Amino acid sequence: MSVLRPNASVMGLPYTAPGNAPRGFTLGEHVDPEDPLEVGNSSNPHGKPRAIGPMGRRFQPYKNNGGTVVAVSGKDYSVIASDTRLGSGYSVPSRNVSRIIKLTDKCVLASSGMQSDIAVLHKVLRIRLTQYQYAHHQEMSLTAISQMLSTMLYYRRFQPYYTFNVLGGIDAEGHGWSYSYDAIGSHEKVRAVCSGTGQNLLQPILDNQVEFRQTAPEKKPEELSLEPCVELVKDAFTSAGERDIYTGDIVELAKVTAKGVEIEKFELRSD
Amino acid sequence: MFRNQYDTDITTYSPQGRLHQVEYAMEAVKQGSAVVGLRSNTHVVMATLKRSASELASHQKKLSVIDDHIGVAIAGLTADARVLSRFMRTECLNHKYVYEEPLALSRLALSVADKCQVSTQRASKRPYGVGLLIAGYDQTGPHLFQTCPSGNYYEYMAMAIGSRSQGAKTYLERTFEQYKDCSLEELTKHAVIALRETVSSSKDTELTSENTAVSIVGKGTKFTIYEDDEVKPYLAAIESDDTEPAADAPPADSTAMTDA
Amino acid sequence: MLGELEGTVVFRELLALFPTSWLERISSHPSSEAAEKTVTMSGFKLTSGSGRFERDANVQSSASGEPIRHTQRPMVTGSSVIAMRCVDGVVIGADTLASYGSMARFRKISRLHKATDMCVVGAGGDLSDFQQLTTMVDKETNRDYCFNDGHGLSPKAIHQYVARVMYNRRNKMDPLWNYVVIAGMQNGDDGEEAKPVLGLVDLVGTHFESEVIATGFGEYLGLPLLRKAYREDITVAEGKKVVEQIMKVLFYRDARTIDRVQIATVTKDGVDMGEPFKLETEWSYKAFVDGARAGDMSTW
Repeated sequence: MSVLRPNASVMGLPYTAPGNAPRGFTLGEHVDPEDPLEVGNSSNPHGKPRAIGPMGRRFQPYKNNGGTVVAVSGKDYSVIASDTRLGSGYSVPSRNVSRIIKLTDKCVLASSGMQSDIAVLHKVLRIRLTQYQYAHHQEMSLTAISQMLSTMLYYRRFQPYYTFNVLGGIDAEGHGWSYSYDAIGSHEKVRAVCSGTGQNLLQPILDNQVEFRQTAPEKKPEELSLEPCVELVKDAFTSAGERDIYTGDIVELAKVTAKGVEIEKFELRSD
Repeated sequence: MFRNQYDTDITTYSPQGRLHQVEYAMEAVKQGSAVVGLRSNTHVVMATLKRSASELASHQKKLSVIDDHIGVAIAGLTADARVLSRFMRTECLNHKYVYEEPLALSRLALSVADKCQVSTQRASKRPYGVGLLIAGYDQTGPHLFQTCPSGNYYEYMAMAIGSRSQGAKTYLERTFEQYKDCSLEELTKHAVIALRETVSSSKDTELTSENTAVSIVGKGTKFTIYEDDEVKPYLAAIESDDTEPAADAPPADSTAMTDA
Repeated sequence: MLGELEGTVVFRELLALFPTSWLERISSHPSSEAAEKTVTMSGFKLTSGSGRFERDANVQSSASGEPIRHTQRPMVTGSSVIAMRCVDGVVIGADTLASYGSMARFRKISRLHKATDMCVVGAGGDLSDFQQLTTMVDKETNRDYCFNDGHGLSPKAIHQYVARVMYNRRNKMDPLWNYVVIAGMQNGDDGEEAKPVLGLVDLVGTHFESEVIATGFGEYLGLPLLRKAYREDITVAEGKKVVEQIMKVLFYRDARTIDRVQIATVTKDGVDMGEPFKLETEWSYKAFVDGARAGDMSTW
């Protein structure tokens, strides 16, 4: 079985040296010292490495398809965005695979990570929301969804959904909030968050521009309104598209306000 | 107390080859208040008469949503209907989960009927005491199905089940040939008029916004239930224009009383 | 843990999250019976991977005491599948070779399968796994045929179904080692014209629809060529030529390819599986013979 291991390389993405690996844990390929089938595993009990079949490959259940997801929320709105590039190794098998899902009229989820896990997570979420609707005759609130998502992720604690989610929406009081998750359900309620392959590039920018961290003391924080916020997110994606090879092609951007959810698209570079 | 000695056990045939317990379950359907369903080339409309247990109680709901494209109307034991509704919802969700496509109505009706059949053949079970009208719109167009406690199911152009449904059936039989090309407005009007036939013989009941509910599903229209204030326009439509279809309507049918 | 699931919809996938070696323990869990019941409450099987509980109850051990390992590597394999969605249909092509490592083991097999009158499924990767998959798809379409109610699986539904099968199997660490391409014509609602559909599913369940798809070696050599050749108004006739050209390019460079290919098309008139034919190859180009540069004895 594959295990969680800090800074292991991720199948599907080229190997990242431990020093440059993203913070937190990553999943995937690793050398199991107990595994006699592992090629070149000098510590295996049979003393010599064994061939592993004519194709010389072993099954890796996890794969990172890349992508960046962002959620930025203000007083009465939330902006959730994701690019649509599907990456695999150094290839781009598809340029238009949506990673964003409208859960209710007040809540949108964007997920990066492994596409098949994302799809299933979104499917199961859909079902849970429908069943909630049948039972309670109303839509699930943002806070309820945020907790349920965490529970659903933790339910697969020992074979996690390889997904990194950001959830955005407006709560019962009409205030915008973003939620950030790790693969196994730890979560945090924040103003602005970014996950996925562009996380390292974008999070500091969001911290500075939305939460006014690391700003000069004389600079007065000003609450960001919807339009400038959308512009900020667009700029952020354009920048990530320049520097992150797994981010590009198209961005889907959802604006959640009291009026509902509006989704717009814009293009990034495709190379 | 017993009609005969062959009705205490679900799995025992009478010498006439009948399963009395199953037939009693079919009777339970006739005890429920009436529901009417009819379809055109594009839509299926259902109209239901809701009962309340007492002056102090609310009216029991008769329509439920199964999926975006399917809904049911129930006549009989509501508690049994809830079980079947949940089963149908799960079937739809499971099918959507695997195929990302809505479940076909004929398949759903079949699986409900199969489920009903099981409890007519096991000593430890009791047949569901509920009849369903299943209305929906799928790849092959609009459909209206009826399922019975016996495990039978039928597809209809128009159908009414429940107490005093004979009056509605008579009306439907007389007018169903026009439904095919009906507009949605005309179709709902026919539905409400047919439903009215089930109460026209009784002095103390008439259709009101409290006891009537209408559902619509069809091409480009998700299954939607109209009740309370939302049903008023449909009632008003048959009040204001009591001429055309109503004139064709038969007088209150005395045979309807045999169902009660 | 499983006890919590009673009364909710339980999916095989949710139950499949346990490592194989745990399943013995799960089988003996007091509430596993309840969980099993919930899983099978649907009249239709969610996947054809039935018999899971029966089989897993008898988890065998290898000599080293480990649980047995499932297919974790491909054996007899097919190489690329090349496909393009055109304005009036879909083209899907594959060569007819199945290799055993570097050995050209079976030279005249078909890697394309007619699933329905409007859908072709093609695959690269392990050949026996693909044959297993086609059996599963056939089971689905046979069931539809038996219902005789006018409903059948659309290409999109088959695509999703295959994705669920592949994902379930990867969750069990028992994958079908394939890259599966689904090509077909999807009937529109209410008599709208049928639209071409092209989708991919891989061995971990990744699935998407795209206008061009190339798997295996073709992902590197074929995909850029497909993207270059693609136009919104490209026809099946043109698409066929493009796919043939790309198969030829692959034959020149992919050592696991043979010069016999099969190109199937799906149009509004249905599936044409196409006869396998030999690619016309030309080895006498000067660069092939003399090397890329004048006086260079290296290969091209």
